[in-house]
Amino acid sequence: MRSEAKLMQGNQAIAEGAFYAGARFYAGYPITPSSEIAEECSKRMPLVGGVYMQMEDEIASMGAIIGASLAGAKSFTATSGPGFSLMQENLGLAVMGEVPCVVVDVQRAGPSTGLATKPAQADVMQIRWGRHGDQTLIALCPATVAECFSLTVTAFNFAEKFRVPVIIAPDEVVGHLRENVIIPGPGELEVIERKQPSGAPASYKPFTADADGVAPLAAYGGDYVFHVSSSMHGPEGYSNNEPANATWRVGQLHRKLEMHRDEIVITKTFDADDAEVLFIAFGATTRASRAAALELRKQGVKAGVLQLVTLWPFADREVAKLGGRAKTVVVTEMNYSGQVAGEVRRVLGSGADIRQVNSYNGQIIRPRAILKAVQ
Amino acid sequence: MSHATGIRYLKDGVLPHMWCPGCGIGIMMGAMLRAFEELGYTNRDTVVVTGIGCTGKLDDYLVTNALHTTHGRALAYATGIKAFNPKLNVVAVMGDGDSVTIGGNHFIHAARRNMDLTAIVINNFNYGMTGGQVSGTTPGGRFTSTTAWGNPERDFDICALAQVAGANYVARETPYRGWELKEAIKEGLGRKGFSLVEVFSPCPTHFGKNNEMKETRQMLHWLKEKALPAEEYNRLDKEAAEGFFPVGKLVDRHEPDFNARYEEIRQKAMAAKKG
Ligand SMILES: Cc1ncc(C[n+]2csc(CCOP(=O)(O)OP(=O)(O)O)c2C)c(N)n1
Ligand code: SF4
Repeated sequence: MRSEAKLMQGNQAIAEGAFYAGARFYAGYPITPSSEIAEECSKRMPLVGGVYMQMEDEIASMGAIIGASLAGAKSFTATSGPGFSLMQENLGLAVMGEVPCVVVDVQRAGPSTGLATKPAQADVMQIRWGRHGDQTLIALCPATVAECFSLTVTAFNFAEKFRVPVIIAPDEVVGHLRENVIIPGPGELEVIERKQPSGAPASYKPFTADADGVAPLAAYGGDYVFHVSSSMHGPEGYSNNEPANATWRVGQLHRKLEMHRDEIVITKTFDADDAEVLFIAFGATTRASRAAALELRKQGVKAGVLQLVTLWPFADREVAKLGGRAKTVVVTEMNYSGQVAGEVRRVLGSGADIRQVNSYNGQIIRPRAILKAVQ
Repeated sequence: MSHATGIRYLKDGVLPHMWCPGCGIGIMMGAMLRAFEELGYTNRDTVVVTGIGCTGKLDDYLVTNALHTTHGRALAYATGIKAFNPKLNVVAVMGDGDSVTIGGNHFIHAARRNMDLTAIVINNFNYGMTGGQVSGTTPGGRFTSTTAWGNPERDFDICALAQVAGANYVARETPYRGWELKEAIKEGLGRKGFSLVEVFSPCPTHFGKNNEMKETRQMLHWLKEKALPAEEYNRLDKEAAEGFFPVGKLVDRHEPDFNARYEEIRQKAMAAKKG
């Protein structure tokens, strides 16, 4: 099929990407600036044999997509700050039970109801650490409408391949941005399905990992009968509070992502190889940082951009490599505390010249503000 | 005729179970498994979804498919499972804290949607697992570990809640009425749409101890004495009914369930798309 260019909104492109990846279950609760994703799914799910449900809240939405995933669906939900907060406990179950699913958090400015519904990039740490207990997951952050599409496909692929919830974290700017996107034809982008068990049904253990660190996942209703649990469990999914078992289990949740770190951590660079001034950015601030870098190049300053496409796990190695070479590193982000700057400082050490450009008033960061930081 | 034992659904080597002597949860589990057997349920076509609490521990004893969820959210998970695969038999087993206190919102909405699920609720009038604290179903004036001077709040009537929220089938039973309990669960499982079987259940360890029924048999006696079949109960005036509660089938409807309605909408959408 011929690929075609379409003018579309970031949120729409996310829905488009989800259908491309084979999503067949959406449960959510409306919240700006994410609702276009739900609206699109409510129209299209019935037409592709899928299910759309508006739940009573985001707690239920998260539970329902996990349930549907265990029944065999590629499932997802979309929300923003307040709803994302409500999802945390059940998101933790998806980590613990290794249930593939995708959660879109179109970031808006808090705290609390905050500057509804202005843009922010202030959920970076919540995405990583918002749940109790030690756990880990994957988070991707698009900067363009095209990335909204392609990273959604990637998100479903990672979720299926690594049995892990994947967060897509655009900010309001990107979610509502309109750009031309070329939607690839079927088969042009890889679409991954979760690994199915193949041995005798009686010997299936839903938490015994293969050599790739990931256990096959059956679906309720098939030949393989299985248990999934929020409680600490053994290889068969039944409760097991033995210290040795917990050590294995918690380690396993982390190890499977560590093993595939190079595949999971995606970055993009713009003129970064010889950069003496390196901007580190993600989402909408990537765009302003690029404009600032181009302006500096015109002035004869070797400036470049490192875009963190994967937010979590953090791009330690890439930051160390390019940041270590640069004289000055500038982290641009729409939050007060410098949630990504803190990570960059952890990687590069306190001796490095690390500057921050932050906004936390619902306004996007403009290239002019970025340029000021290096002048 | 041989009687169903339900033993085929029990995991080997897990007995004795964790529940206290005199607790009603094990009796409910036995009734549920007999009902499964009489209905010919297979492990592969059945998913037992549990919440958190003494009741929520039940999945650990079973060899059916199971999902042990978070406190109060079992019905949300069950909804996702059933909506995506309507062929599965989905049963949510919860305590009173789980189902109507922390999870009350999911309970009324699952009933309103008429999800084709069976909710089995152990109502032991308090939070068993965490040490007998007050629940949304603790009657006013009763004592719990967090209502040392008596409960100032009123309690939910779970069956009435399910009825007004739109459940197709509602029954209340007690472990004293083991056969009727099994029959109620069976009828609930067989019914399309949302069904609730509420089990008034002894928790001698906490609720009994705190309310002068500390001997295991005392709570069971209380449940035996005060349970009246619904027809009998309904004949009594308010004064005479005081202290008694109705058991048996309380709601009996056949409204279309969520999956049926969704399928209807889906057909309409497909037709509109084509036309
Ligand atoms: C979000 C959350 N809050 C609190 C708890 C602690 N907790 C575990 S079980 C429970 C209450 C159990 O009572 P109930 O649901 O009636 O079940 P029972 O133990 O009586 O069978 C509570 C409060 C929890 N696990 N999760
Ligand atoms: S504490 Fe109460 S509810 Fe829990 S097992 Fe003991 S008797 Fe049953």
